[in-house]
Amino acid sequence: MATVRLSFSPAPVHVRTARLVGVAVARRAGVAEELLDEVRLAIGEACTRAVALHRQYGLSDLVTVEMSDWDSYTVRVIDHAPIEASVGLAKLPPDELADESLTDEALTTGVGFALLAGFVDDLQVRPVDDGTGTEVRMVWPVHRR
Amino acid sequence: MELSLATRTVAEHTVLEVGGEVDVYTAPRLRERLVELVDNGARNVVVDLGRVDFLDSTGLGVLVGALKRLRAAGGTFGLVCAKEPLLKIFRITALDQVFPIYPSVEAATSATSDERDGSGPAA
Repeated sequence: MATVRLSFSPAPVHVRTARLVGVAVARRAGVAEELLDEVRLAIGEACTRAVALHRQYGLSDLVTVEMSDWDSYTVRVIDHAPIEASVGLAKLPPDELADESLTDEALTTGVGFALLAGFVDDLQVRPVDDGTGTEVRMVWPVHRR
Repeated sequence: MELSLATRTVAEHTVLEVGGEVDVYTAPRLRERLVELVDNGARNVVVDLGRVDFLDSTGLGVLVGALKRLRAAGGTFGLVCAKEPLLKIFRITALDQVFPIYPSVEAATSATSDERDGSGPAA
């Protein structure tokens, strides 16, 4: 089993780095080539969400992305924002997406969650085991060569 | 790949060609450009996503913002996208029911002209 752990300051510029690393590790772990675009998007969305929460709460704590391959490729994106912040994860119905009263933040959060739920079959959002924060856990199958 | 933005005029439409990655880091630049276009009087805007190789929820939020601004100003807004991975993103988020999406710039400009003139179906 191999684990790669990346921690970064909650700045948008680093989300791309997390995506690049996440896809590189996925490829090496044996995730099917046709799933890599979805892996890239899902890791990006989970990290974007974590960065947004840290900025919203003025937290300078690092966001952590942990990738491991055992009998599957598992990515955990861990933030340290208050747990009630996760309640905002809800898929928006189409007729509300272009609603004038919907804020940009609410729209992006709803769309981000729709992408995570749509692209990741095995997705869990749960409180971290120790301290404050949320873990977004995503799992993809691997094919050993 | 970095975000690239280029504007041209086609059949009385302002076409914004977007390339590279549109994400939480680069989307503010796309938002600024779209706001600038509308503020400078553009009313029929087509965003060509043909050279975009990554688009996330932040980028989608910027596009919805532009659609709302143009609707409020009495204008039209369309997207050009023929790449299946990007189209899947629009389907999963249900935004394919919000945006008129065309396979080419030509299709977008002729469809929104018809819509504006009231001589064709709204997309």
